[in-house]
Formats: sequence, C-alpha cells, structure tokens
Amino acid sequence: MAYSFNFGVIQANLDKFLLGLATGLALALAAILVGVLIGLVCAFAATAKPRLPRLLVAGYVSAIRNTPILVIVLFVYFALPQLGIRMGKYESFTLSLAVYAGAYLTEVFRAGLAGVPRGVVDAGRAIGLTGYQVALHVVMPIMFRNSLPAMGTTFISLFKDTSIAAVIAVPELTYQARKLNTETFRVAEAWTTASALYIATCLLIAAGLRQLERRFPKF
Amino acid sequence: MEGFLHELWIARWALGQGLLLTIAISAASILFGTILGLLVGVALAYGSWPLRWLMRVYVDAVRGTPVLVLIFACFYLLAFAGINFTAVESGLFALTIFCGAHMGEIIRGALQSIPPAQIDAGRAIGLTFHRILIYVLLPQAFRQILPVWINTGAELVKSSSLLAIIGTAELLFRTQEIVGRNFMTLEFYGLCGALYFLVNFCIERLGKAAGRRFALQ
Repeated sequence: MAYSFNFGVIQANLDKFLLGLATGLALALAAILVGVLIGLVCAFAATAKPRLPRLLVAGYVSAIRNTPILVIVLFVYFALPQLGIRMGKYESFTLSLAVYAGAYLTEVFRAGLAGVPRGVVDAGRAIGLTGYQVALHVVMPIMFRNSLPAMGTTFISLFKDTSIAAVIAVPELTYQARKLNTETFRVAEAWTTASALYIATCLLIAAGLRQLERRFPKF
Repeated sequence: MEGFLHELWIARWALGQGLLLTIAISAASILFGTILGLLVGVALAYGSWPLRWLMRVYVDAVRGTPVLVLIFACFYLLAFAGINFTAVESGLFALTIFCGAHMGEIIRGALQSIPPAQIDAGRAIGLTFHRILIYVLLPQAFRQILPVWINTGAELVKSSSLLAIIGTAELLFRTQEIVGRNFMTLEFYGLCGALYFLVNFCIERLGKAAGRRFALQ
C-alpha cells in the first residue's frame, strides 16, 4: 500500500489533542462528583423502610441502565429545551453523564452498604452515637472502602463515555481526532493517536486506583 | 398529543425498520463476538506465551478505547485500507471486535476458575486436550458465563445506538431523521429511549430467568 505515515500533522496538533484529553477527564470528574451524590442519596433511599423511595430508586436505576447514553445525551441537549430547560453543551453533557453515573453508582453503593457488617452498626449505637452519626462516621467510611474498586471501574468507563460528547460538538479528544481526520485525511494517524491516548490514560487511571486501594487497606 | 400521534403514524415504518435493524445488528454482533471471544478466551487461558501476549494486547487495547472511537476507527480505517464496507458492515465489524474482547476476558475468567485438577483427570482417562476442552471445560464455563453473556447482549444493544453517528439506519438514526422533519424532539427522543428500554428490559428479564434455571451455585 502506497501510504507513508506522517505524524507531523499530529505533532502540530498535539496541543489540541491533549487539551481534548483534559476536557474529557474534567467532564468525567465533574460527572462522577455529581454522580456520587446522586448514588449516595439513592443507595440510602433504596435501603429505607417505606416503599415509595425504594420504588422510585428502582425505576430510576432500571430506566437509566437500560437506555443508551447517546440517547440520554441527545434527549437532554435537544429535548429538554422544549420544556424550557436550556443549557450550554458542557453543562448539558455533564448533567447527562452525571445522571447516567448516578444509576450505576447507586448499584455500587448498595453493594457497598450490604458489605458493612451489622456488628459495627450495633457497636456504634452501643457507644451512644445517634443514627445519623453512625451513618456518617461508621457506615459511610466502610461503604466507600468496599465500593472503591467498583467506583474506579465506573470512573474509567465514564471517562471513555466522554467520547460521546463529540456528538454535541464538545471539543474533546474524539472530536479533535475526527476534525483532524476530515481536515487533513491523515486517517490512520488521527485514530491511532486518539486510541493510544485513551488507552494510556485508562491504564494510568487503573494504576493510580490500584495504589489508592493499597493505601487504604480493606476493612 | 394528536399531532404526535399523527406524526407517529407517518413514522411507523421508519421506526419499525430502525428497531429491527438495531436488534439484527446487536444479535449478529453478539453471535460473531462470542465466537471470536471463545477463541480469544481459550488462547488467553491455555495458549502458548506469544499467542497469549498477542491476545492480551488486543483485549486491553479494545477495553481501553471508547466504543465510539473504535467505531470511527473501523469506519475510516477499513475504507482507507481498501476494504469497501457499508456503514452497517463496518459498524457490525466494530461491535464484533468490541464484543470479542469483552467475551474473551469473561471466558478466560470462567475457564481459569475451573479447578485445574479436572484437566489432569481428563488426561488420566486418555482424553486429548481438544476433548477435555469440549467435554469438560467449556460446558462448565458456559453455565458460569450465562448471566454475564446476557448482560453483554444488553450492552451491545446500547452500544449499537452509536452506529447512528456513522450513518447506519438503526433506531436512533431513524429517530434523528424523524426529528429533523417535525422538530418534535421531546416526543421522539423520549419514544426512542423507551423503545431501547423495552428491548433491554426484556433481555434483562430473560437473563434473570435463565440465571435461575441454569446458573451454577
């Protein structure tokens, strides 16, 4: 095949690629922060006594987990303005990804809560902590530690899902690769570089998470 | 509401065809992906080290790349390499590569969780490795992966929506066309989400039923 690779184009646009990568990471980080809040509230609601919150959480989790993220993103970006809710593309995408993350993190935290031994809750009550204090100082730290590996996996998968922001023209890595592809026809270079950057970042995040897990030994 | 029902009636065939193509692509990619994953999984678990290393690179590369990038890469790179696939074919190719890597890892895990003494036992009664694989290891592995396999099916239905971006006329693409005509974003994106939900909900139910019926404790 008479094709000579020319990574000069990539080199000239490397700053855009790296900025795109950083945008993706920032979007994933914002989404997981909001998602953790949603997940926490929903996980505690799912273990509540009354039926209604449990049903609502089950509906939310099931609806989000069974719908493609792209449809959610397009719905939030194009359909919500019809209801008078207008947002910029960054806010809109972060909201979509956070709602998506919230459903997965609800499941993660629910499993984490189930792994908290009954004994430590009783012990907390026995030394005179209120129910709220037990939840905050006893249950939540153990739950977070239990959920750490699954939270890491969720974060990596959210980071990969930020590629979908390209569809609503958020200038992240996939958007830049596609732009370079159509502008310069350096097909192979654009996509191999984008993939390599994604793979390297995922491996780095995974390595960082392993360190974090070692730093906080299991309860 | 009446306007929506009217538009829905006009769009019924387009939506139906889109839904059918979504289901067909998902079914085909899970079928091919599982065959690929089976080969990859066996190679990862029992292959010689160069083969194992090669498969490890494939699996980790695909799992570290977003599906959307994989789809774009297949779409553009295949044409670039002189293979003229249609959007449907290159989309199917990308999803098969994606599914193959995930299934490979799942099948490797299932195979390696079977006690190795069973291989020794198979050898002892004079079975060749192929026979051990077919009669001893794979039947156990299949029962173990069944729930995860069905989960992967639901995952592929969701991932297939990304093919709309390269112009495959599946459910989301058809919805975008309809919305482009009548601007009823709320109604039709909502309907599109509901249809995906319905398909995946059925798969999830099926998975739970199959899990109760076949799963190993």
